[in-house]
Amino acid sequence: MYTENMQASVKKVEATRAERLGMEPRRMTAEEKDTLLQKFHPDYRKEGFAEIKIGPNKGEKAPAELSHLLHSNSRLLGVDLDLNKIDYDTDVLIIGGGGAGASAAIEANEAGADVMIVTKLRIGDANTMMAEGGIQAADKENDSPMQHYLDAFGGGHFAARPELLKRLVMEAPDAIKWLNELGVMFDKKEDGEMVTTHGGGTSRKRMHACKDYSGAEIMRTLRDEVINRKIPVVEFTSAVELIKDDKGQAAGAILLNMETGDYMVARAKTVIIATGGAGRLHYQHFPTSNHYGATADGLVLGYRAGAPLLYQDTIQYHPTGVAYPSQIFGALVTEKVRSLGAMLVNVDGVAFMHPLETRDVSAASIIRECSERGKGVTTPLGSGIWLDTPMIEQLHGEGTIEARIPAMLRMYLNYDIDMRKEPILIYPTLHYQNGGLEISGDGFTKAIDNLLVAGEAVGGIHGRNRLMGNSLLDIIVFGRNAGKAAAKKAKETELGSMTLEHVVKYAQELKAAAIESEDVSPMLLPNYARHER
Amino acid sequence: MQKMVNVYFYGKKYSVPADLTIMTAMEYAGYTLKRGCGCRHGFCGACATIYRIKGKNELKTCLACQTQVEEGMYVASIPFFPTDKRTYDINEIKPTEQIMMELYPEIYSCIGCNACTKACTQGLNVMQYIAYAQRGEFEKCAEESFDCVGCGCCSTRCPAGISHPMVGVLARRLTGKYIAKETEHLKKRVEEIKHGDYDQLVEQIMQKPIAEMQELYNTRDIEE
Ligand SMILES: Cc1cc2nc3c(=O)[nH]c(=O)nc-3n(C[C@H](O)[C@H](O)[C@H](O)COP(=O)(O)OP(=O)(O)OC[C@H]3O[C@@H](n4cnc5c(N)ncnc54)[C@H](O)[C@@H]3O)c2cc1C
Ligand code: SF4
Ligand code: SF4
Ligand code: FES
Repeated sequence: MYTENMQASVKKVEATRAERLGMEPRRMTAEEKDTLLQKFHPDYRKEGFAEIKIGPNKGEKAPAELSHLLHSNSRLLGVDLDLNKIDYDTDVLIIGGGGAGASAAIEANEAGADVMIVTKLRIGDANTMMAEGGIQAADKENDSPMQHYLDAFGGGHFAARPELLKRLVMEAPDAIKWLNELGVMFDKKEDGEMVTTHGGGTSRKRMHACKDYSGAEIMRTLRDEVINRKIPVVEFTSAVELIKDDKGQAAGAILLNMETGDYMVARAKTVIIATGGAGRLHYQHFPTSNHYGATADGLVLGYRAGAPLLYQDTIQYHPTGVAYPSQIFGALVTEKVRSLGAMLVNVDGVAFMHPLETRDVSAASIIRECSERGKGVTTPLGSGIWLDTPMIEQLHGEGTIEARIPAMLRMYLNYDIDMRKEPILIYPTLHYQNGGLEISGDGFTKAIDNLLVAGEAVGGIHGRNRLMGNSLLDIIVFGRNAGKAAAKKAKETELGSMTLEHVVKYAQELKAAAIESEDVSPMLLPNYARHER
Repeated sequence: MQKMVNVYFYGKKYSVPADLTIMTAMEYAGYTLKRGCGCRHGFCGACATIYRIKGKNELKTCLACQTQVEEGMYVASIPFFPTDKRTYDINEIKPTEQIMMELYPEIYSCIGCNACTKACTQGLNVMQYIAYAQRGEFEKCAEESFDCVGCGCCSTRCPAGISHPMVGVLARRLTGKYIAKETEHLKKRVEEIKHGDYDQLVEQIMQKPIAEMQELYNTRDIEE
């Protein structure tokens, strides 16, 4: 139910709809985009960042909340732990049960390795489960891996690591085929042709989807396969620190049972960090689309063990998070809503930008509309912009919304908003960690040669911005690859004696840099419980 | 003043703002959630919840992250329910009626009470998708169950002990792998890449100086 001021504005949106249906708003020029980003994108707000004071990225900046965690203390300082009492012993240890972790587990198992997953919540309680829009792959006649490369490279501001991006685009079709053969139900036409659409920043329609449950359909299939293969999954168990050996290799992790608070030792010949994103750190107080466990743990663990970060200072704010109603504030409104033709419209009913600019440009443009230009619609928690969803039904026929974006329809109907008939209010939400731990083309960290990273915890695949559909793709491509590489590497790895020396050393470095923090990290879970009298 | 309502978490009374969801109301009351909370946005099914409004007879099921609190709500979360997933090799099984009989024989004991459908947090016709599964109509079962988030609320209410979400997953995997037509253009592209058709071309684009890439990017043609 919309408030009176909102209803008045809806009238204006309705009044301009017919006219807007026939036109396409102008796309911005490269210069216009640059100025816009510098002035309005949160990545350019100096107050949001703080310098990293120690470690491999010393002197660089990171979001203030992440810097704080990098500067906080290990839980294990002063804890008496017997590393010789081994609770789990395996070839490949995978930290994180999302899409990247599950893909890695399946491939490592396929390669004959002993593999286990530890994960903070349940397997599949992860950002992967929430992806709505889809997954990219250049598999149609008018498309090619080079075209995909160009879109992703440009969209990421020409900062992606070429060897990583090459793998992403070249292995994309095979990733789709692999998923399809596991039984993922992609949207297809009768004759088997994939139904594909545009996403922000794509030059070809290469977005494959499973309605608007794309990530869910992929995740529940991968989870089912992991269980079918009887791969051990230890749930409600977080990795809190990596273990190294006296040769400087990774040798496993210290695990924390989230329910009992007990520590355990997992020894492994190779370790894959697949812990996902950081939305729950609420950078610059933004709401987030991410799951409850997205707290950048893997970045903290890896960094403490000596692995460098890359592009840790670039964050993706998804242009269309829910601005109203408050109960679902920050939840994602999939980009597919815009792919299907809904325009971004301001309080006066004016389509102020092209709906399919890249995410960073769109987010900055919406922030400008709501701040400097004062053309936002006032909401209880701030302001928002209309996403004119009824246009979809007019463009593609009645029933399109229910068939193509049922999750969105359901989410709003819970609050008596029928997006088939009324537009919806959106504002940018903290969505994706563009940066992360740096890896080489085959998935290994540069500092520790049997430590791998896959998924959202990696930095460099996309550069400084990621296109929709390239992340689901990267977790499959790099997840599978990490699983295979880790299985192979495990065969050649001889572990020395285990140690947490690096944790002690890191603490000494903090002290030497005169950094004091009351807090421990990794954070594991955000602190939402209210304890006020 | 914020409007408040009284809710009961596991029988204990708390006064919470009326515009919160059950999940955020629990946090407002001071709970630090470990179980029963995953995506927080209606996709993972971690937050299955059962409640009754004081004075009413009906038991309701919902997702705690998607449901607003109401006055007099008695709430219990169901952070785990022992649904029973059977294991199989997806490459060995075939999409025939036989496979359901082998893996989930209990679906044939459905008594048609419709409790599952009433309990579904996603508003799906659960009884119907089980009926499709019984008849080996996997594609229909897959469609009908597609929006299932696996919360297990249906299974908690089923007198026949059926693990509905697991049946749905099986039907969808069978449909995705065996029933839906194979994608020719995908197969072709995978083969071209394996064959090395793009190796040189990709190398070339990787080597291009940034200025040239910028030019290419800014002038690329965009499919209508
Ligand atoms: C709402 C939403 C919509 C999206 N839509 C799209 C889309 O349409 N297309 C697209 O390409 N991308 C999309 N994305 C992005 C994409 O889904 C994610 O980037 C990707 O799925 C991340 O996968 P992952 O396996 O790296 O991480 P996740 O799937 O988040 O998995 C990480 C797992 O690790 C666990 N974990 C974390 N820390 C620890 C620890 N210390 N110990 C043990 N376990 C730990 C987490 O709990 C989680 O289960 C979307 C993301 C969101 C949030
Ligand atoms: S079918 Fe069952 S498990 Fe699936 S969403 Fe409905 S109630 Fe939950
Ligand atoms: S609850 Fe069980 S027995 Fe009743 S209709 Fe559903 S599947 Fe059949
Ligand atoms: S927490 Fe995932 S559905 Fe509610």
